[in-house]
Amino acid sequence: MNNSFDNEMKIDFLSKSNNEAFARISVAAFIAQLDPTLEEIADIKTAVSEAVTNSIIHGYEEKTGIVKLICKIRDNEVFIEISDTGKGIENIEIAKQPLYTTKSNLERAGMGFTIMESFMDNVEIESVLGLGTKVTMSKKIKSNCNKEDFAMSVIRGEE
Amino acid sequence: MNTCYKKEDKQLIFKIDEEIDECSVQKIRRKLDNEIERYMPKKVIFDFNNVSFMDSAGIGLLIGRYKLANMLGGKVEVANISPSIRKIFEMSGILKIIPEVDTMQDLQMEVNHE
Repeated sequence: MNNSFDNEMKIDFLSKSNNEAFARISVAAFIAQLDPTLEEIADIKTAVSEAVTNSIIHGYEEKTGIVKLICKIRDNEVFIEISDTGKGIENIEIAKQPLYTTKSNLERAGMGFTIMESFMDNVEIESVLGLGTKVTMSKKIKSNCNKEDFAMSVIRGEE
Repeated sequence: MNTCYKKEDKQLIFKIDEEIDECSVQKIRRKLDNEIERYMPKKVIFDFNNVSFMDSAGIGLLIGRYKLANMLGGKVEVANISPSIRKIFEMSGILKIIPEVDTMQDLQMEVNHE
């Protein structure tokens, strides 16, 4: 157990698409302790939804496997790890390109990684063909410090 | 989901009231396609007022319906997009082909009077 984090949770769930909502709502509930704004919660929920969908649709395709979700908090920063032991990504650089999809017949928009990268501060993808994929994302929750700054500016008479 | 067809304008309004992700789109898609094929509307409007969450599956859903409506000679518009969903719309560039309804207030009335 890594003690450098203030809090941590782990969930393993089956790669069923009705677990997408479960995963993003669990993360939203867990990070509520940081008092994020509605926008920050929406950004994180969307990024989680994209990563989990990728594991289910692309990692495991029609098969059932386990998706692992780890969420950690340090100070005002959220770290999220979503991994599968599915088929892996052949070329991460190509997969990350906006609108690229291997499943256009399923009306996939090819925007998953683009959304993760623009909604989170940092996104890393590790993948080995035949072994699986791990997406690690982090985001600083800014609302806390903004409130302090605001309080300080009120005290100083600037507001 | 509420569906409202206005015969005089050949306008089909869908008021979606659930979260849109890979799981829910499959069911929504079937329903939308049935209605679009049945009415062959000139304009399809998606009202997002009651959509609390949407990820990229929603973009795929809209592009697919745009293709179908277009093939049948109709246009597609969206209404009442929340700020978080707007970010995804803007990122995808989809508003260039599926613009926002200007008269959102009017639309609200129409759907409620259904």
